[in-house]
Amino acid sequence: MESAKEISLAATVENLPLVNEFVETLLAEEMVSAKAQMQIELSVEEVFVNIANYAYGEAGGKATVQGKILNEPAGLELVFIDGGQPYDPLSREEPDLEQKMEDRAIGGLGIYLVKKNMDEVHYAYQQGKNILTLRKYF
Amino acid sequence: MEIKKELNGSALQIALTGRLDAVSAPELDKVVQNDLAGITELTFDFKELVYVASAGLRVLLLAQKRMKKQGTMKLTHVNPDVKDVLEMTGFIDFLTIED
Repeated sequence: MESAKEISLAATVENLPLVNEFVETLLAEEMVSAKAQMQIELSVEEVFVNIANYAYGEAGGKATVQGKILNEPAGLELVFIDGGQPYDPLSREEPDLEQKMEDRAIGGLGIYLVKKNMDEVHYAYQQGKNILTLRKYF
Repeated sequence: MEIKKELNGSALQIALTGRLDAVSAPELDKVVQNDLAGITELTFDFKELVYVASAGLRVLLLAQKRMKKQGTMKLTHVNPDVKDVLEMTGFIDFLTIED
């Protein structure tokens, strides 16, 4: 198994391209379908933007993303860590996808997309950190 | 993301190029907030749009809610990746998509 790589940066929406780049670099030498890449990209955005928008409030703070390539089965593991207020996104109620357009809201859609596009999503709160682990098998 | 607007009477076409993500969605939000007065026919051309995330869906939902009151809205030339996301989220049920 390859060693994990890591990026730490201010949790702001403007930094999303840097996180995307980090993940792209991890995947550069892997055989990943275009579809799986898009699913990973989408999940990365939804998780990172959630942290950027909600974890810290006005003061802001940092996010760390750790990534590693998994073997047997081949896949990608990404761990998102922030020191913001404790929040388990998986505890959120699933959005009602059948709702009439007029009643539809966007809340909860992001994490729903993450669950839908990743093979595993786990949440833990440890030593004052939110830790969200995503796994996608290629 | 690049946004190209073409106004024809009360018909507005908005062509998007690139990625409709959390970084670029606010630009489209501005257009939806500011340029829809008097528009009865809104068309989004997604031919060159390669990616959409929930921040982009939020803006599409706002536009659809507004256009439902004042006219029609449709999406054209939606690429398969973008269509996937519209399907996953059920947005495909209330958006009008044409080739």
